[in-house]
This record gives sequence, C-alpha cells and structure tokens, in this order.
Amino acid sequence: MGFKNTILRPKSFVYAVIFILLLFMPAVLPVYHLMLFESGLTFAIMCLGFNLLLRYTGLLSFGHGALFATGAYAVGMMGKYFPDLYRIEILIPVALLASLIVSAIFGFICVRHTRVFFSILALALSMVLFALLVKLYDITGGSDGLHIDLPIMFGKSYEGMKRFEFLSGAYYYVLLCMFTILTIIMLGIVNSPFGKALQSIRDNEVRAEMIGIRVRRYRLYAFILSGLFCGVGGALWSFVNGHVTPEIAEWVFSGEIVYMTLLGGFMVFEGPIIGAIIFTYLKLYAFSITQYWMFIIGATLVALVLLLPEGISGGFVRLFVKLRRGKATGAA
Amino acid sequence: MLNVKNLIKDFGKVRIINPTDFEVKEGEIFSLVGPNGAGKTTLVNLISGHILPTSGKIEFFGHDITFAPAYRRIKMGVARNFQVTNLFEDSTVLDNVRICLFSTYGKIKKGLLPANHYKTITQEAVDILDMFGIVDRKDMLPSSLSEGDKKILDTSMAFALKSKFLLLDEPTSGVATGDKFKVMDTIISAVKKKKMACMIIEHDMDIVSDYTDRVLVLSEGKIIADGNPKDIMEQDNVKEILFGVTN
Amino acid sequence: MENWIIYLLNGLYFASFLFLTSLGLSIILGTMGILNLAHGSLYAIGAFMAAWIVGAFGAKAPITIFFVALLAALGLSGLMGLIMETSIIRPMYHRALEYQLLITFGALLLIEDLIKMTWGGTAYYASKPFDVMGILSIGSNQYPFYFLFVMLIALAAGLGIWLIMGKTRVGIMLRAISMDREMAKAMGIRISKLNTLAFGMGAALAGLAGALIVPTTPALLGIGMEPLIIAFIVVVIGGLGSLKGALIGSLIVGETRSIGIVFFPEIELPLLFLIAVIILVFKPKGLFGR
Repeated sequence: MGFKNTILRPKSFVYAVIFILLLFMPAVLPVYHLMLFESGLTFAIMCLGFNLLLRYTGLLSFGHGALFATGAYAVGMMGKYFPDLYRIEILIPVALLASLIVSAIFGFICVRHTRVFFSILALALSMVLFALLVKLYDITGGSDGLHIDLPIMFGKSYEGMKRFEFLSGAYYYVLLCMFTILTIIMLGIVNSPFGKALQSIRDNEVRAEMIGIRVRRYRLYAFILSGLFCGVGGALWSFVNGHVTPEIAEWVFSGEIVYMTLLGGFMVFEGPIIGAIIFTYLKLYAFSITQYWMFIIGATLVALVLLLPEGISGGFVRLFVKLRRGKATGAA
Repeated sequence: MLNVKNLIKDFGKVRIINPTDFEVKEGEIFSLVGPNGAGKTTLVNLISGHILPTSGKIEFFGHDITFAPAYRRIKMGVARNFQVTNLFEDSTVLDNVRICLFSTYGKIKKGLLPANHYKTITQEAVDILDMFGIVDRKDMLPSSLSEGDKKILDTSMAFALKSKFLLLDEPTSGVATGDKFKVMDTIISAVKKKKMACMIIEHDMDIVSDYTDRVLVLSEGKIIADGNPKDIMEQDNVKEILFGVTN
Repeated sequence: MENWIIYLLNGLYFASFLFLTSLGLSIILGTMGILNLAHGSLYAIGAFMAAWIVGAFGAKAPITIFFVALLAALGLSGLMGLIMETSIIRPMYHRALEYQLLITFGALLLIEDLIKMTWGGTAYYASKPFDVMGILSIGSNQYPFYFLFVMLIALAAGLGIWLIMGKTRVGIMLRAISMDREMAKAMGIRISKLNTLAFGMGAALAGLAGALIVPTTPALLGIGMEPLIIAFIVVVIGGLGSLKGALIGSLIVGETRSIGIVFFPEIELPLLFLIAVIILVFKPKGLFGR
C-alpha cells in the first residue's frame, strides 16, 4: 500500500474535500460561530490525544484536563514573564515542553498501576495541579487566571487588533493547519508498529510482555504523547479564549474530555474529533436552555454507556454495516 | 546454553518446584513430560520470566537471568507459547504474528510510517503463517478460529520471536488428532532450520519418542529422569509416574 | 507539649471523616470491585440534608434535631446508593471496568446537579450543634466538644461495621464475596442482593461523614470532591478492601494533615498526595492490600 495508493483512497479524497471546504469557513460562518468552531478544533486535538490513551492503549484517565491546562498556562506564563518571546513559533514549542514534563511526571506515577487505580490517580494528580494553580496566586494569577494576548505570528504583530478579527483572519488558518498536521501525525502513530504495540498492550498485557514489549514503558510513551497533544490543544485554545483559569484543570473539564470522546465514539479514529466539535455546540445549546448542565451530560453519559457505548460514530458504523448487509440480502 | 541450578519455587507454603537442575545445549530439541500438577508450566514460567523463583539460578549463555525481567530474557533469546491460548483477540491473525516480528526486529519504536509499509516484515509474517498452515485465515480475528488453529497461531507467534530457546507448552493439545503430527513436523523442521533449541511439553508419548531424542520427566517438581525416550520409558519409576503401572 | 496533644486530637478528628468515607468506598470496592466516583456526591447529599434539617428545625432542640439530621442524611445517601446500584450499576457488571467508572462518573454529574436542583446554589450553615456542644478544657487549651463527638460517632460506626462484617450472616457473606466472588457464587450466595446492600452501606457511610462536617463547614456545591480524592488516597495507602487498611490509612492521612497544616498551611493536598505516591512506590498494593 504505497504513498500513491494512500492518496487516492476514497477516504483521503473525502478528507481533502473537507479540508478545502474548511478553508472557506471564515467567509461562511458568522464570527461568533467561527470562534466556537475554533474551540471545537482545539478540543478535537485534545481528544485525539486522549483517545490514543483510551482506545489504543486501553487506559482511561480522568485527569487529562491538567495536561490541557499545562499547555494553556504555558502560553499565559510566557506572556507574563517573557513578553519579548511572545511569538507563536516559540509559544507552541514551550507549551510542548511544559506538557512533556508534566505528562512525564503524571505518567510515571500512573502507569505503574492497574486500570482502576490509573484512572483515579490521574484524577487525583489533576486535582493537585488545580490546587497549585489556585494557590500560587503570584505566579498563576490564582482563580483569576492569566490574560492571553494576541501572539506575534511568523513575524507579524497583531497588537491592537480586536481578538475576533484575529481569530477570523490569520489565526484560523494557522489553527486549521496545525489541526490537520496533528491529525495526520496521530493517524500515522496509530497505524504504525508503535501503535500496534500499544494495541497489543490494551488487548493482552501478559502476552505483550511475553513478546518483548515493555508494557509499563510503552504506556508511559502513550501517556506522554497524549499529554503533548492535549498541551498543544490547550495552547491553541488559549488564544481563542483569551483567558486561562484553573477550571480547565479541574475534574469537571477532565470529565468533559472523557464525555466528548465517548460521545463521538472512541472506537473510530475520527470519533473524538466529531465528539469534540458536537460538544461545543451541545454545551452552548444546553446552557441556553437550563442551568443544570451537569445533569444533562451526566444523564447522556449514562445513556451512552448503557445504550450506545460506541458513541455517535460507532452508531453510524453499525448502521452502515447493517445497511450494507441489508442491501446484499435485499437485492437478492 | 541454558543452565538451571537448584531451582526452587514456592507458592506460599506449597513447594511447586523442588531443587531442580538440568542443562540444555544450543540447538537441542527435547521433551518435558510428567503428570498434571508436576510443575511443567511453572518451569516454563520461571525460565521465561513470567514468574520469579524463590531461589536457585538460571543461566543463559553464561548470563544470570534468574531474576531478569521478561523483556530482557526475550531479547536474549528465550521465547514461549501459552498452554491456554493467549492471543491478541482484537487483532487479525496476521497482526498477531506481525507484532511479534515488529518486537523482535526492534521496530515497535517506529511511530511514523504505517505498519503495512513494512513490506518485508509483513511478508515474513505471511510466510510464517503459511509454514504453520493457517495463512488462509490471516485476515480473520482469533475468535473465528478453531481451538486447534488458535493453538497453532499461539505457537507460530512464539516462533516468530526468533529465539535461541523456544519453550512450547503442549503445542498439540487442542489440535485435531489427525493434524497433530503435521503440526509437530512443521515445528520440528522450522526449529531445526533456525537451529533453535526447543523444549516441548507433551502428554503424548508417541510424539515424544518420534520427535525428540531426549526427555526430562518431571514429578512433583523434581526431575526424576533425563535421557533417551526409549530407555527412560522402560524405567520403573517413570512407568509408575506416567502410566500408573507398578510391579 | 500541650499543643502536640491538640495536633494529635485534630488528626483524629480529620481521620474520623476519612475513616467513614474511605470505609464506605472500600466496602463498595471490595465487594463489587467498583470504584465509586460518585462517592463524594453521596457525601454531599448527606451534608446538604443535615445542614438543611438543622437550619430549618434546629432552633429549639439542636442536639436532638442534629441526631435526626444525622440519621436522615445517612438514610437519604443510603437510599440514593440503593437507587444507583439497582438502576445504573447493575447492568454494568459484565462490562469492562472502564464502563463502570464512566457510569459512576455520570452519576456524579447527575447527583451534583440534583443537589443544585433540590437545595439551590447557596451555602447551608448549621453551626448550632457545634456551638451548643461547647468547649472542653484540655490543660490550658480549649477543645471543641464537637470534635470529640465526631470521633465517637466514627468509632461507633467503625465498631458497628466490624460487628456486622464479623458476626452477622450478611457480613460474612459480604466478606466472602470480596475475597472470592466466583467461589461465593458457587456456594449459593445471592450476589446481586448483597451488592445492592454493600453499595447502600457504603453510600450511607459517606452521607454520615458529610452530615458530620456541616457544623464546622457550610454545605456548598462541590463539597464532596476533595473528600472523594482524599478518601481514595486513604484507600490506596491502606490497601484495597480492608477495614484495617481504611483505619490505619485514615489515621496516617489525618495526622499528616493535622501536622502538615501547622507547618505548611498552603500545600495540604499536594503533600498528602506525595506521601501516597511514596508509599505506593514501595508497596504498590497499599500497606495492607490484598
């Protein structure tokens, strides 16, 4: 299956079309919707990273908000302490570095334990980060958080520009490109021998160990990779939101990450992307009709787990398979 | 090549492996027999690193691997299959073997190119499946295989690790009687070609005498006999243990 | 020297809450193998119920009303636990562990907003019982009698559970299930009914803990999250599913917190967590884990 074949496959063609369509979003969507979509894209990056850990390595983390927050706060702190270096070419690598360190620490502590412990250790660690973000007021701005200025992008300064102008202009394309590149990278990872190794760990830990895969180490690699994705997502999101506060490290947001991924369906590669984007609109809609937002996601989460554990994309896959089968028998 | 000295394994107060000693030469193919509960699988577990001994020494090519983690032993060339099949249920038959090859060739660190890009390794996986006679099922999931085929897959995975010492725990159990000898033919010729040493745990004494020149008899965690199958099987103590025959 | 007695007593005071919550968590985890992420919300139900009763009716006979509040809190949380188990957890037994976690997480979200719907978003104060119980003199120090009351309740509850687990048929069956579920099933023990009971018990204990905190801290939305995390730390330190583990773990964490506050008032949670991590490095199954 060569490079040429990959390009010409129907799926790649569909994606290329989608990408081209997405290029025209700023012209089509009103500003407010565009900003929402951009949030969705950053969450999509985050959920892709999360799903590397969930679907492909078999580990459920309730603390990934902390990794998202690390990337976002990295940008905020750079703006506060190194305003001269406030360029996106520097900010993203810094966010990656910060995420690398934090996810290495988190990962090292968590992967040594079996699945249930892993999940809640991740939650507990994220609460520790949350507590630190709130308490270290002088550094992090406490519960007020940090303001995020518009960065210099590839030499051009956007100072003085209104945020919505920035977001509907150059930034959209930067974000879209980053999203596309990161999606392609993740696609590569999950289909690579490394990805296969992760899946074998998820599938049968004992056998994986017995064919020479160092389970703990590879779980750590997966954790770090997923943390890097979340961190970049957080950094890119910070520009959209304009502000970072400790809430993104709290358990509620970590729960939302799990929810988004489940909603879109974690068994299909594109599921988390779909879930993240739908979620941003879902949340807004729910907020407009009720203040009991947690009840809604709690109830839908329970319903999802009980009835449609493979999420929306899984539901579509099943429907698709059913239709194909129906066509085959019906046509006869 | 392999030197086991005074190996002891206790599970709580129960001693499963009594002080056991034996040696294996490079390329040597031999059987391990014994009644159920004698500790045969435990021995495989100890040598492969699945569990650690209570005391004793295991040397492999001069290195002390008594307490070494599994991955290190596999790297050094010890591989095993599982008596109760232990497969990657969510991956295709081909992928099951291919992941073993990726691991052996040190490719599992490669995270950029798709697995299918590695054509030689993929082809080698197909060849191994072909050798073991299950290549026509390469795109199926293990759950669609018969018990016997699952067993064969398990064995082929162990073989794919290209070890210097292959431990096979009852490789023909679960395989249809008519196929048992075919499977053994495949295993023995493949192992001989690669000059692998191989220990086969078996219950079928015909297979033992047809395919191996050396047999170890394990009883209650102790090796009570070690030698040519024809000679061993004439010994009274062996006959008693294996067949319940007394004079 | 006298200060140290106070610190130690405070440690016991904190440990009392931890003991109740972690014991509940441990019973559920041990019997059912489920880590109940909604445990903090059950704690919160207890807190709000008790605070509301004390606030609404507690003017005349604060102590009696407080006992009523404790029972009501315990009852409501226990009931919620029973409802949870029968409705959403039971269908999940044969599913992977992750799904069980997800369902209890969904329950957490649901209950948090149910609390909001029932009691609104304001804080509920219930300091009457604390004031009424008065002060005890320990040397030249003054110690709130309420703190000792809490320790007594925790002790009584612990004793009660110990007796139930050790002497009653139900308790012995619960312990059998937690040790070897398959064997218990084979011996004819009705797993599903006992699971419901275990969950109800665990929930009631959480509710009791929540009720006991309100004379000193108002009931607020989200009050249960930190107790959940710390109870988990206790269970992890002490080892899964053991009463002794919950007790010792609570004491360790309680005393650490008490002494920690004196010297490092700002970094409570991180410090506790650090200790848990260090213990886990040397004993991955906890101090008394199975």
